[in-house]
Amino acid sequence: MTVELLARIQFAFTIAFHYLFPPLSIGLGVVLVIMEGLYLKTKNILYEQMAKFWVKIFSLTFAMGVATGIVMEFEFGTNWATYSRYVGDVFGSALAAEGIFAFFLESGFLAVLVFGWNKVGPKMHFFSTCMVSLGSMMSAVWIVVANSWMHTPAGYHIVGEGSNARAEITDFWAMVFNPSSVERLLHTLSGAWLAGATLVLSVSAYYLLKKRHKKFAQASFKIGLALLVFASLFQLVTGDISAVGVSKNQPAKLAAMEAHYDSSAAADLYLFGWVNDNDEKVEFGIAIPKLLTFLIHGNFTTPVRGLDAFPRSDRPPTAVVFQTYHIMVAIGFALIALSLLGVYLLWRKKIFSHTMVLRLFLFSVLLPQIANQAGWFTAEIGRQPWIVYGLLRTADAFSKNVHSSQIIFSLILFGIIYFILFILFIFLLDQKIKHGPEEASEIPSEFEHQKQLFAS
Amino acid sequence: MEFIGIDLPLVWFILIGVLLTGYAILDGFDLGVGALHLFTKTDEQRRIMINAIGPVWDGNEVWLVTGGGALFAAFPAVYASVFSGLYTAFMLLLAMLIFRAVAIEFRSKQPMKWWRSLWDGAFSISSICTALLMGIALGNIIIGVPLNGTKEFSVSLPSLLNPYALLVGITTVALFMMHGSIYVVMKTVGEMQQLIRQWVNNTIIFFIICYAATTMATLIYMPHMAEPFKNHPLLFVLALLNMLAIANIPREIHHGNEFRAFLSSSASIAAFLALFAIGIFPNLVISSLSPEFNLTIYNASSSQKTLRIMLTVAIIGIPFVLAYTVTVYWIFRGKVKLDAMSY
Ligand code: HDD
Ligand code: HEM
Ligand code: HEM
Repeated sequence: MTVELLARIQFAFTIAFHYLFPPLSIGLGVVLVIMEGLYLKTKNILYEQMAKFWVKIFSLTFAMGVATGIVMEFEFGTNWATYSRYVGDVFGSALAAEGIFAFFLESGFLAVLVFGWNKVGPKMHFFSTCMVSLGSMMSAVWIVVANSWMHTPAGYHIVGEGSNARAEITDFWAMVFNPSSVERLLHTLSGAWLAGATLVLSVSAYYLLKKRHKKFAQASFKIGLALLVFASLFQLVTGDISAVGVSKNQPAKLAAMEAHYDSSAAADLYLFGWVNDNDEKVEFGIAIPKLLTFLIHGNFTTPVRGLDAFPRSDRPPTAVVFQTYHIMVAIGFALIALSLLGVYLLWRKKIFSHTMVLRLFLFSVLLPQIANQAGWFTAEIGRQPWIVYGLLRTADAFSKNVHSSQIIFSLILFGIIYFILFILFIFLLDQKIKHGPEEASEIPSEFEHQKQLFAS
Repeated sequence: MEFIGIDLPLVWFILIGVLLTGYAILDGFDLGVGALHLFTKTDEQRRIMINAIGPVWDGNEVWLVTGGGALFAAFPAVYASVFSGLYTAFMLLLAMLIFRAVAIEFRSKQPMKWWRSLWDGAFSISSICTALLMGIALGNIIIGVPLNGTKEFSVSLPSLLNPYALLVGITTVALFMMHGSIYVVMKTVGEMQQLIRQWVNNTIIFFIICYAATTMATLIYMPHMAEPFKNHPLLFVLALLNMLAIANIPREIHHGNEFRAFLSSSASIAAFLALFAIGIFPNLVISSLSPEFNLTIYNASSSQKTLRIMLTVAIIGIPFVLAYTVTVYWIFRGKVKLDAMSY
């Protein structure tokens, strides 16, 4: 295998693993703000019990996010040295801003959130929770800005030539608000809220099925469901906006997402199918004729630029992009259906005894995780063969001074470590969930003095 | 290379130096606590060790993350060359940082003895290796790397482990152990404090031996590091202050002023990094092939515009960062107390 391919596999593996956890942290952060807000408002101990339980889960996902995130901070340099020189002037400032504006905020207030129950008053604690949640979203802001710049570069000019060429910033705000950053940010955040909402729903459904912690589970379920309803619909809206954006900014990616080959025709929207890239057609597929054209242009006739408008060397791997995209969209609709079903049954007061539907919610936690991964694979593989769209090819961007054996070593190293971490994470999560929340009567009230183990 | 009279690459050289110094002082003590962790015996003592750094270690590590981001933005050529050139070493370092983070989180989650010993080991060994690898990287930057005309180099792991770099690595471990032990004394009371107090003396002795050896080796084998001091004798004051700071530590410990001892060891860490920075200035990476290939703060920096934007970001951000840091340390001041939410 070439160094380029290995570098891509290694990078994709480590970032995909990282991305299992931040969505949970971002989503649970919002849930925690809601719970603590309700506690402050109603003084109902139930909400405090909830907040304390979810903080423990949150600190676990957060720790995993931090541990795997540090790897990412340095891998642009290790795997993509040429790229780093090329984009550092533009891209680096977004990454540095992430550290200064997001990670410090997050990690500072996280301490108060997790360990500060007896050190600060309830209002200050609530404020810290809000800041942690805000911080986690701010880190999404900056990293998505940086990533969006790779998809739709703006606010720069190129200086130097050949191997010395590099992008230099001309307009910071044009870089930040590049053509795709806002829509991709909203879509990514909403995907994270879905991940958090379904985790809460899944755990609550588990308790309801096991007939444990009934009051706790019902109240948590409602909060999770409210977030699910909102975020699943918002996901559809922002996803649609993103798709229109892709059609303008990255036509080859859009064509690959729907395997649309013929530039002279209006484009169909596939529900599913199997792409035969050699013969340039979709097999075993069911499509809604001309719907893609309608979604993009608002009519049923305007042709959509197809893959035939690009030389093969400029096309992304169509089959992968098509499938990952359709998995994401299918899950998007499944989540909307699930959330509406949940609301309907809640309204009819049947939900908490409806074993079948509770089982669905029990497994719902997997869906946003799969969709989030699939979405990123669509976006990133759809960008190929470019690492910075239209400017720098992935094949020119990797570290020329790194040997394939070194990357294989790191791949094996992280493969083993992440495998172990994943098992442990699931194991500990499972234990925490089985253990359940502390009974409300066992929670010491806010300011009760803790037993001092080492009294001076 | 000047903008309204400000030499921006120089400003960023200093700012990144400040970030990394902040990192070394803050994460330094929790790496040190990790390095000493296995010397404690009972579960309760170990919980105190971990909870002493529990609320702050993550924030401390952010100094490194931000330093990395700032290096990427201000000196992309250095970020690219160093991280790809020391690929395997960095992967190991990252693996160690992962183990450290999860060991702290995982240890308290199960009561089994084997589980806790496992993560105690992981926590301690990864802390030692992190400090060691960072010191080794520093040592190799001092020696110089085979940077060629394309701004690239590659050094395999075995050749990174040369005697000089190893010495710097061990000195770093010793420094952080000393720093960490003082921190634990500050955070504990009673019997536990008495125990750690004895360690402080041992770590100081260990550190001073390493320190003397490293200084000698640098003066003999790395004369280029001493060059600036010959040209600007005033800089000797810094070296002198460093020695005073170190000498002050045992004195303060003896008088029971742990916090002042901690400030002293923080000051000596800062002085070390300042000596290092002055030694390599204006280079960031020294080429062992030819000085013309050196990456300096001028030929490796980003454009003036980026440096200016980043300065704005820093000026807006740093007051906030300091405010959070001070607030968190203030809220968690005083001795460690274990409660239901502790690790
Ligand atoms: C819970 C997760 C989730 C769900 C249910 C959906 N998405 Fe999504 N999608 C993401 C999570 C995601 C993501 C992981 O957040 C991505 C990857 C890159 C990005 O910016 O967002 C993404 C990317 C992404 C892109 C590519 C953007 C680009 O390449 O720049 C498009 C066009 C859509 N989505 C469209 C949709 C549509 C029409 C959906 C139907 C409801 C949908 N997504 C559901
Ligand atoms: C290659 C890209 C990425 C890099 C370099 C990166 C870097 C990092 C780093 C260094 C940390 C640890 C911070 C700390 O020590 O506190 C971290 C954690 C985090 N990252 Fe990433 N990250 C990347 C992708 C993403 C994406 C795409 C998102 C969200 C959309 C994200 C969201 C977060 C969040 C919320 C955290 C906090 C920890 C957690 O909640 O799990 N990251 N990341
Ligand atoms: C967090 C979710 C993300 C996932 C799951 C993800 C996934 C991937 C995948 C699968 C690839 C390989 C594509 C291929 O080789 O065909 C890739 C490449 C890459 N991604 Fe992402 N990515 C994520 C976020 C980011 C972010 C936030 C950035 C930048 C800030 C980023 C920067 C890159 C770079 C530089 C490459 C390598 C060059 C390339 O292959 O195009 N990624 N990513």
